[in-house]
Order: sequence, then structure tokens, then C-alpha cells
Amino acid sequence: MNINTTKVISLLFFIFSAFYLYTAYQIQVFAFDENAPFNARTFPIYLGYAGLFFSGLKLILPDPNTIKVQHKTLEYKKTAILIVIAIIYGATILKVGYFLTTSLFLFSSYYFLGERRWVLMFLLSFPFVAAFMYLLHGVLDIYLRDPFLQSIGVMG
Amino acid sequence: MIEGILIGLTTALTLQNILMVMLGCFFGTIIGMLPGLGPMTAIALMIPITYGFDPATGLILMAGVYYGAVFGGSTSSILLNAPGVPGTVATSFDGYPMAQQGKAGKALAIAAWSSFAGGTLSAIYLLFMAPSLSKVSLSFRSPDYFALMILGLTAIAAFSSKGQFLKAMMMVVLGLMLASVGQDSLSDITRFTFNNMNLTDGISFVLVVMATFAMSEALTIILKRNDPTSAAKQVSLTELGSIKINKEERTKMYKTIPRSSVIGFLIGVLPGAGATIASFLAYGMERNIVNDEEKEKFGKGSVNGLSAPETANNAACSGSFVPMLTLGIPGSGTTAVMLGALLGFGVQPGPRLYMTNPEIFWSIIMSMYIGMVILLILNLPLIPYIARILAVPKNYLIPLILFFSITGIYVMSFNNFDIYLMIGIAVVATFMRLYDFPMPPLILAFVLGGLMEENLRRSLLLSNGSWEFLWDRTLTACILLTTILIVIWHIYKTMFKNNKA
Repeated sequence: MNINTTKVISLLFFIFSAFYLYTAYQIQVFAFDENAPFNARTFPIYLGYAGLFFSGLKLILPDPNTIKVQHKTLEYKKTAILIVIAIIYGATILKVGYFLTTSLFLFSSYYFLGERRWVLMFLLSFPFVAAFMYLLHGVLDIYLRDPFLQSIGVMG
Repeated sequence: MIEGILIGLTTALTLQNILMVMLGCFFGTIIGMLPGLGPMTAIALMIPITYGFDPATGLILMAGVYYGAVFGGSTSSILLNAPGVPGTVATSFDGYPMAQQGKAGKALAIAAWSSFAGGTLSAIYLLFMAPSLSKVSLSFRSPDYFALMILGLTAIAAFSSKGQFLKAMMMVVLGLMLASVGQDSLSDITRFTFNNMNLTDGISFVLVVMATFAMSEALTIILKRNDPTSAAKQVSLTELGSIKINKEERTKMYKTIPRSSVIGFLIGVLPGAGATIASFLAYGMERNIVNDEEKEKFGKGSVNGLSAPETANNAACSGSFVPMLTLGIPGSGTTAVMLGALLGFGVQPGPRLYMTNPEIFWSIIMSMYIGMVILLILNLPLIPYIARILAVPKNYLIPLILFFSITGIYVMSFNNFDIYLMIGIAVVATFMRLYDFPMPPLILAFVLGGLMEENLRRSLLLSNGSWEFLWDRTLTACILLTTILIVIWHIYKTMFKNNKA
């Protein structure tokens, strides 16, 4: 059986809206606000119902513009690798520091995307990040915490 | 008005602001030129930088980026048949065939002059229309604003993606839901934070824009890099030919430009419409107006066919500033991003902007004109060189876009939670893009979410909880009626299409 992915997304959105609506009803409001014409939960409740309405319509109505994605031609592997690299970047940036993590993030991204010109890859990562960091830290006065550079005495 | 123009000129003509327009136009052209990256991405990447400046300078920079990106989009349309932005799709209909005939330089010059003329004429229309509309909009009350926001969101959903109205409405609701995360503005009660302190202040606007545009566009480019339908056939980037336009071609442009600028501007003013619809309408109108001999040339390298959409898309850009500056309600996804940035500066756009911050109001209008001049001076002679940027390998381009996106978020909060949240939103957005769920409605809804709730709150409290405020005032009722008509028209169109199928 061929499952229409747009319908699956609509179903997921329907479930999400139901969860959102349930959570909206759980919002704690002040006692004196409970019966007010408008309180902190009013708008989210309307949104929850709107989400259910539109996704419900999408689910039941015929879909004349079915989108067919050619999954075979999509580069899932490289995209997933890039996402993983970005997550690792997020996990290490506070501990290691901006310079090293960002440079490695760029260098590894170039590599996994198929680049093999090592000199260019190096120039567009380490010196590039150093120059960008100088622009942020030195010129625009945006403080960038960097334990790695502090440990080797480059940054105060 | 003369006083205002002088205030605007004084602000816009400072060395710093001229430099900002130049930089904005230059970077906008480069980013807009790269297929897949549009003005929203270009502006989103600029937001963290603008926070270091005063609001007028920041907005001038973003306006420059906007125009540059639209102009840059036409370059890739002409040379690669790969429009950088949806607003330049119609440009490729005649621009690309012209480039294939060895007249790429001429096509780029026609596009540049048409963009300049369209932008200049619409800046003049804006100059006269914005102050008068500001005065009228002072009489608007909360119910009118609420109704206007409903109209804006419905219209952007209706126009954003052909035949995908329900999908766009789902994105509108999702944008409003994202905007509801964090503390309630009046009671300070936290909502949808799930006891996570990082969400108490809500989700950052820049984060949502970066994730749904810059980052998700970069991921989409990687995802689709082997897709045969997205592979571009290339025109030689080293031999573009002459950029001279002869007398006959100039005569054709003189007739096309004024009518296309009017249609472009008017479409731009409408909430939700914008450069894409404007350029298609102008192209269609031009095709109907010209004589049979010229009509035959459409799609094969017609001067009118290239000049009309280019004029209209630039005119629509200026037009889209009208609702943002005068009502505080953006007319397009791009102006929604700019509105968000303005709110970040602590400036509330709307009818009072004209009185409270005249320097911002007028300097934006003046900088548009300066931007047009700079675009022409900068781009026309530099076209052969700028065009080579199209040859930058994606292996370098994509990591650099990701780098700028993540750094932009990191330097704002120094918090890795925001990086994870951005990756999460970007992954969802990339997946939804594959199935044609449009992102501009989400951004517009996210920006308007807070304002919409505030106006609904005021309206409901004033009417003691009754929904009669929706039809009590003639203006509110008229706006809502327009919204209903848009919805009915779309339902009719969809049903008609289904029956035909």
C-alpha cells in the first residue's frame, strides 16, 4: 500500500495539536483570572483547536497536489552526518571553546561533503575562524569564552 | 513631508549608513545569487550583526540586503536558469533563453536597469503613500488590528504555495504555537516550557528564522544535490557578452517599466502577496499588452518579457514595506523577518512610528532609493566578476552557511540548548519543505503571535468576553469579510481544479 506522506505529516500535526491543546488546558492561571474573558490559556486553547481543524481537514480532504519525493536521489547519509557534526559541535563548544570546535566543525563538514583539497580546507577553517573570532572578539567586542585558547595562553 | 524627507536624507546619507547600504547590497547580491538562498536567509544571517548598530542603521543594512538579494536572484535565474528567489522565477522565462543566445551580459543589464527603475518608481510611490496610510491607520483599534492580522496570515497562506492552502494554514498555526512558548506577557505565567528554564523567555525569533531558512535551506541543498530536477544547466560564466542596450530595446523598456512598477507596487502592498505574484502578473500582463510579433518572442528571449517581471519584483519589495511601516503588520515573509528585528531593537512599527521615530521611518524610505543607485553602480560594471561566485563549490558553501547560522545563535545566548533547538527545528523544517509545507507563513505567524494575542486580549476584555467585536465596527467587519472571501475563493478554486481533474 502506498502511504501518502503528506497525510502522515498531517496526522502527526493532528496528534501534536491534540497534545498542545491538552497542555494548554493544564496551564495554571491565577484564581482571580480563572473566569476572566481572557487569561494565559485562552489563546493557546484556540490555537490547539485551530491546529486540530486544519490538520483534520487536510487528513480527510482529497489531496490533488500529491508531492512525490524521489527518496533514491536524496543524500540522506551526508545530511545526517552534517546534523550529527552540528550536534557534536553544540555538545563541545562550551567545554572546548569556540575556536577549536568551530574550526573542527568546518574542517570535518568539508571532508564529509567530499572535499579533499587539504590546504583550502585548512585555510577555510582554522585561519578563517581565527579571523572571524578576531572580528567578533577584538573588533565588535563580543566576548567569546574559550577554555582551549585560555589553557594555551592565547586568550586572557 | 519635506521635513521628513530631509530627516531621512540626513540619517541615510551619513558615511556609516551609506557604507551599510553598500555592504548590504553587495552581500545581498552574493547570497541572493546562490540558488536556494533567498532574501529571508540573507537577512536572517545579517540580524546578529545589526544588533551592534542603532535601529536606523540596522534596518538600512537589512533593506540593502533585501534589494541586493532580489537583484542577485535574477542573476542566477538568467545565467543558470536556477532562480535564487521565487520572485525571480519569471525572470528566467526570457532571461535564460537570452543568455543561451550569447546575450547574457545584455540580459543582466536589462535586469539591472529594470530593477533600478522599478525600485526607484516604487520608492516614490511609497514616499507618498506611507505617510497618508499612517495617518489613516491611527484610527485603527485592537479589533481592527486583530482582524488585519487574521487577514495577513490567511493571505500569506493563500498566496504562498499554489494549491497548498491547508498546508500553509497548518504552518501558520505552528508559527503561532511556537510564539506562545514562554512567559505570558501580562500575567508572567510560563506556558509550554516543561520546566525547562531555557524556554522561559520563549523561543528566540532569530533562532526560528535561522533554523527554518538558513540552516534548513543548507540541509535541503545537500539533501537534493543529486536530484536531477535541481541540476542546473550552465551558461559560460566567463563570456557574458556585451552589456550595452540598444535604442530599440530601450524603447521597449520605457513602455514596460512604468506599468510593471505600478502593478508590482500594488501587489507588494497587499498582505501575503509579494514579489513572486507581482512578477508573474506583470509578465502575464505584458504578454497580453504587446503586439503579436512581440508576443511570439515571449519565452525565447523577449526584452519586454525580461523587463516586466524584473521591474515588478523590485517594485513589490518597496510595496511590501507599506503595511510593515504603517500598520506594523508585515506583508511578506521577508518583511516579517525585518519586523522581528525591529522589535528586537525595541522599536514598535506601526502608525506611530511615523511620529515617534521619524528618523527610522524616513531613513528607510530614503535608503531604498540610495540602495537602488548603489545596486546599479555596484552591480552593472561588476556583473562579470560577481557572476563567478556562482561557481563556488557547495562543499564549501554549505558548511559556511551552517557556521554563520550556528554562530549567529551562539553569540546571542552563549547557550548550547539554543544550538540543539535550532538543529531540531531545522531538521523538522527540512523534512516539511520536502513535502511542500511553506515556511514564510510560519515566520509571519511567529512574529505576529504576541501582537495577535495582545489585540485579541484587549478586544475580548473590552467586549466583556463577547465575540461581537468582530462585526461591531464596520472596518473590522470589512477586513474579516475580505478574509472570508479569500478563503471561499481558495475553496472554490481547489474544488474547480478537482472537478477538472
